[in-house]
Amino acid sequence: MSMQPFHRAQKDMLAERPPPATTTGTLGWLRENLFSNWFNTGLTLLALYLLWTIIPPFIDWAFIHADASGSTGRECTTEGACWAWLDQRIDQFLYGFYTASEYWRVNLTVILLIPALLPLLFDGIPCARQLRYFSLAYPVIAVFLLVGGIGLEAVPTSSFGGFMLNLAVGLSGIVLSLPVGILLALGRRSNLPAVRILCVMFIELVRGVPLITLLFTAAILLPMFLPENWSPDLVIRVIVVVTAFASAYMAEVIRGGLQAIPKGQYEAAQAMGLGYWQSMRLIILPQALKISIPGIVNTFIGLFKDTTLVFLIGLFDILGIARSLQQNQDWIGKVDAEGFLFTSLFFFIVCFSMSRYSLNLEKRLDTTNR
Amino acid sequence: MKIKSFTGMAAVAGILAVAGMAVPAHAATLDDVKSAGVIKCGINTGLAGFAFTGDDGKWTGFDVAYCRAMAAAVLGDPDKVKYVNLTGANRFPALQSGEIDVLSRNTTWTFSRDVDLGFTFVGVNYYDGQGFIGRKSLGVKSAKELDGASVCIQTGTTTEKNLADFFRVNNISYEAVPIETNSEARTAYQAERCDVYTTDASGLAATKSTFEDAEKHMVFPEIVSKEPLGPLVRQGDDQWADIARWVLNALISAEELGVTQANVEELAKGSKNPEINRMLGSEGSYAKMLGLEKNWAVNAIKADGNYAEIFEKFVGPKTPLGLERGLNALYKDGGILYSPPFR
Repeated sequence: MSMQPFHRAQKDMLAERPPPATTTGTLGWLRENLFSNWFNTGLTLLALYLLWTIIPPFIDWAFIHADASGSTGRECTTEGACWAWLDQRIDQFLYGFYTASEYWRVNLTVILLIPALLPLLFDGIPCARQLRYFSLAYPVIAVFLLVGGIGLEAVPTSSFGGFMLNLAVGLSGIVLSLPVGILLALGRRSNLPAVRILCVMFIELVRGVPLITLLFTAAILLPMFLPENWSPDLVIRVIVVVTAFASAYMAEVIRGGLQAIPKGQYEAAQAMGLGYWQSMRLIILPQALKISIPGIVNTFIGLFKDTTLVFLIGLFDILGIARSLQQNQDWIGKVDAEGFLFTSLFFFIVCFSMSRYSLNLEKRLDTTNR
Repeated sequence: MKIKSFTGMAAVAGILAVAGMAVPAHAATLDDVKSAGVIKCGINTGLAGFAFTGDDGKWTGFDVAYCRAMAAAVLGDPDKVKYVNLTGANRFPALQSGEIDVLSRNTTWTFSRDVDLGFTFVGVNYYDGQGFIGRKSLGVKSAKELDGASVCIQTGTTTEKNLADFFRVNNISYEAVPIETNSEARTAYQAERCDVYTTDASGLAATKSTFEDAEKHMVFPEIVSKEPLGPLVRQGDDQWADIARWVLNALISAEELGVTQANVEELAKGSKNPEINRMLGSEGSYAKMLGLEKNWAVNAIKADGNYAEIFEKFVGPKTPLGLERGLNALYKDGGILYSPPFR
């Protein structure tokens, strides 16, 4: 009996088959990320259980069994949240005590912010060059619109409030603290002793004191030292203090970025015959700022949330408005959680957007060779 | 109120020391107010019944009503007030620095504030005191029977010290549950983390009014401290202090004499009661002595009514706070509210 040798020749390529169902698609992702081993499976199940205990009751409280009609808290009779104040109070949450007939000016200021910011934040915006001039003019336009004068009815800054006050203080602080912070960081690394010592003193003094102390100083002590009727407007004082505070932190963040730049870059800039400002502008700062983006945005987010501290010097930002609602006789005891939840929603939207934008920017500027 | 955290007091003391050197005593506040056309009045940042915002964003309340009466008396218009919202920590520096002309912010009149901080209290518009609220199921009728109870207290306030004193004097023990804010204390008490909760009686009433099962709780009869709340002005301008004092007295006297928001205009033309006539300006020249217009008291009473009307409107039994007049009734109705005569 002879054995025929077994020959098998594969003439054609096998058709490609999909990978096992358990390694691709949703199932694969789930297996990879959530159930890869017994420990992860346990954590996943625990997390699911926690979400299950929190989210359905929350949705039930916030939406399904919520009460949204009525003019006082006593009319909120269901078990759920009481949103009846929203329709009457939303204006206060957004505009504070701003003259009601002039709300359009605040709206317009916010709408104009979009074309002013776009060319600064993103590439590939049409007419970017012309829009940048508009961005430069925007602060003047915004102040004119909000405060009034020359043809517009004057609105005292003491009536600024609500989320508009948070935005006004926060955005002014953000826009001003970056350039001031850069200058302070450069000054701290300067070879000129006078400049260096002044910058170090400013940074350390401001950073060594809580923001609330600075706000108290601006709100209460300053008027005592200045001649009467001479002290600047309270909102302006607040913006100056918040900017100074954020600048000190900003300076240190940027100094970290500057120190991460290899010495060779400085020397290369010098070798090309660039002066100090040229080498900073063209070589050093673009790299240093790129490295510092997470820290810079971190400072911005912190600054924005710190704007709620103005409540302690008698200005009513959105959090202050929420608290004053909670003290209103018609609502007392009914809207504690609701007021804070509504307020935190605004902060989350702004802070989360900033955080996403910074991630986007990091990716866009990423030049490392992968 | 009575928040007296150490740092807060230290800061206030430091700021006032500086202020004492930097700012000369302001004279002639009346002239400043008249030329500014607006009276700067310091009020709470928000306290149910006493200072709160309405849906229109306007400040209103028991303390605010006094600001409005002042503006009406001095400037003839109760709306000519610039409200400056102040916290417990910055109310005194604000008055000292001239940022406000009068402070009407549920401030307890104490020796050290009157004497040492350089203010003049012009009277008392609300007699408050510390009390206790507890569940009826405890089976306790009096705070003196609270031996071994757990007590929710706001930390850093005079209530904490008053509480310790009360229990020591009565030789009973308690367990303190320290809480940061009033609303947290309310939540803690409702979650049964403590048997009783203690704060100012007015605050207890406000707290109780928010309970859905209010009938299961009771405010104990004991009041363990004196908290006379009233408006104050800077020391050193006696004319201004006189105005502030007599505006308050006019509101109280108006209740006693039966002058109300509704009938004040009518009575101002002259009545059979000579004291009403002197107060409302149809007899004598009392307004001139104060340096005000003849109808100052008429305007003050017209703003939000007399003391009783203000009380009923903002904190009385028909409001969510539901406070009884108690000590704040007129002396002839069993309270201790008493205005010197217009004579």
